[in-house]
Amino acid sequence: MIKMGAKTMLSHSLRIAWKDLMELFRNRMGLVLLILMPIFMMTMVGFIYPSETSLNNVPIALVNEDNGFGGYNMSSVFITTLSSINDEAEMMTLTNASSLEDIREMIQAGDAEGGIIISSSFTSSIMGGQQGTITIVTDQSNPQMSAMIQAVLGEVIEQMGTMLAQQNVAEQLNIDVDNALAVVKPFDVQVKGSVEGDFSYFDFIAPGIMAMTVMMSVMTGLPAAISHERELGTLDGMMVAPINRLSVILGKTLAQMARGILQGVLILGLATVLFGVTVHGSILLVFALLLLGVFSFVGLGVVLTSFAKDQETAVMMMTTIMFPMMFLSGVFFPVEQMPWFMQAISKALPLTYVADALRKVMVLGADIPMLTNELAILVGFGVVMIAIAVPVFKRAMTR
Amino acid sequence: MNSEKNMTSSQLGGEEPLENRVMIKVSDLTKKFNGFTAVDHINFEVRESEIFGLLGPNGAGKTTTIRMLSTLSRPTEGTATIGGYDIVKQDNKVRQQVGLVSEKMIMYDRLTAKENLMFFGKLYNIPKSTLDPRIDELLELVQLTKWKDSKVGTFSTGMRQRMNVIRALLNLPKVLFLDEPTLGLDPQSTVEIREFVKKINRENKTTIILTTHMMNEADILCDRIGIIDHGKIAALDTSTNLKKLVSGDDATVLKLELPNLNKKVVTKLQALDGVKSVSQENATHLKVHATGDKAFDTIIDAMRAENAKINSVENLQPTLEDVFLHITGRKMRDKADNKIQSPRHGPGGMPARRIR
Repeated sequence: MIKMGAKTMLSHSLRIAWKDLMELFRNRMGLVLLILMPIFMMTMVGFIYPSETSLNNVPIALVNEDNGFGGYNMSSVFITTLSSINDEAEMMTLTNASSLEDIREMIQAGDAEGGIIISSSFTSSIMGGQQGTITIVTDQSNPQMSAMIQAVLGEVIEQMGTMLAQQNVAEQLNIDVDNALAVVKPFDVQVKGSVEGDFSYFDFIAPGIMAMTVMMSVMTGLPAAISHERELGTLDGMMVAPINRLSVILGKTLAQMARGILQGVLILGLATVLFGVTVHGSILLVFALLLLGVFSFVGLGVVLTSFAKDQETAVMMMTTIMFPMMFLSGVFFPVEQMPWFMQAISKALPLTYVADALRKVMVLGADIPMLTNELAILVGFGVVMIAIAVPVFKRAMTR
Repeated sequence: MNSEKNMTSSQLGGEEPLENRVMIKVSDLTKKFNGFTAVDHINFEVRESEIFGLLGPNGAGKTTTIRMLSTLSRPTEGTATIGGYDIVKQDNKVRQQVGLVSEKMIMYDRLTAKENLMFFGKLYNIPKSTLDPRIDELLELVQLTKWKDSKVGTFSTGMRQRMNVIRALLNLPKVLFLDEPTLGLDPQSTVEIREFVKKINRENKTTIILTTHMMNEADILCDRIGIIDHGKIAALDTSTNLKKLVSGDDATVLKLELPNLNKKVVTKLQALDGVKSVSQENATHLKVHATGDKAFDTIIDAMRAENAKINSVENLQPTLEDVFLHITGRKMRDKADNKIQSPRHGPGGMPARRIR
């Protein structure tokens, strides 16, 4: 009897899901947006997010105040070396300026993003056995750019310093240049990932975006779809039929899930084709995780649906919840960077665990045994939320 | 429309007096929204194969009543049974035997007529072998067969409402609820829908409850009418009996057009036996209230005797509008809310109203 009831309920759910999808596929505009959304999302975060390699022809003002010392001019050597390094990397466009004031004006006018000042005593200090001073001027109104210029210039100058020291040491101690390097820089630092391959910020962000899009799709779609039908009056048509109230919610969830997974596939495809992301673990596991993510979350969506009187409220409620979740669940920024209370909130969001687990699978090639924590939390979250949601929904439907 | 069919069904009706069996029994049904009472302890019975009308202004509680009876809304107090099943405790049993034509069209614009009917039919677990011919039959019944593969979004309002009605008939309901079935329809579609409702009632012996705020609709369609106002049933009877409430059994109201109307005629009429009042509406028109079965003849005779020329005579029957006015003390056109604003009902702010 119960088995038969479950079978009928499932068949009604599939009917409703099929009907919803049919409506979706006949809505051309909606379909186009459905496909465009993940494309925008991907290209946006993929191309806009800054990285050091993306430093390209940044205008930098250069002031050479060096007076030289006894016919020597170390600054010209410095500038030549800097230019030759830059010619290869094309990171900066160097412009000459006369003074610090001049650089400030150029930054204010937007003609320069930063500046380099070689001090007047540059050569004399070096010749006199002292350190020569080079000042990097940054634009505080653009902290990210300024940090990047600082890092890049710092590294370039550091390298040039090492080269100079290496030569000096080799001459003075009369040893091999390579040995001289060991004296100047005794440590050779090498970085190696736990998995072979070339990884970028994109590998970090792609799994999170996938998780987010799929869940967001279901979460905003479900309350919107139900309250839309409530407003239209068509929900009454289903409710007046002798069907289990839950088949409505199940059917709607299935339809939204299909929509979300479709977007997930699109994102994965784009990530692979455009940004060279490779899935190191099992693709099946990736989608299983996405489904689990939806499951963990669907209860919350149902509760909100039950409380929302109309479509507008439903969408607003969902957005209010989705927005902080996007930023707190470690999709864009690592959770570890956040202050402790944000980390605490983050730990209470299911999206955090989906994104984490997906990242482990896609980047590290992890398998189910490595994911037990995340899986347990997601299942637990889902069961608790659904246990709350079902009675709330049943009540709300016969208000 | 189909006389042969009619005959068989009336013969069947003759063998067993269906009309006497109670189909719907409403007891103390009440619905409150945040302290506002939309439906207030109403009681009534509807007999099998009867057309029962709930007549009242907007916000009187008609839709809320229908929603409770069709299990879409849970009563705050009281209950009702439909075909013996309780609308709260046995809601799924009730759902199997009712159909609902709600004020809003229950239909998906992006699906075709057939797909819509298919979808809703499947929710009633009707097997495809039964459902397919039934859909064709229903579409044929409302002349929509050639549009069956067109999307409902392209239909005119009249076509959509016909769809809306046959959708409610998919499960061959014993009881059909119609909530303002002709609201917003053009006159032709209105007539079509009314004819169709009568036909369903006649041929399938379907018990029908319909709500309306249109007097003539209730008058034309309903066997019995419940006048509902402020969540209460103010009066309940056949249209004829309701009208007697206003006029008494043998009242006559005549409106006369007399081109040579003068004071003498008026005085003469006033003096007549049985004439209760004569009012002159303008230079040529008189309104005469009289009682007694000979009142009509007496009045005409008296005027002819005075050589009054009669251009036209109108025999004014009381309308349901008069009944409503008589029972509630105000006109039906006014919304239910207006009553509260009117000074003779005392002070008190208007309650936050929630219309469902």
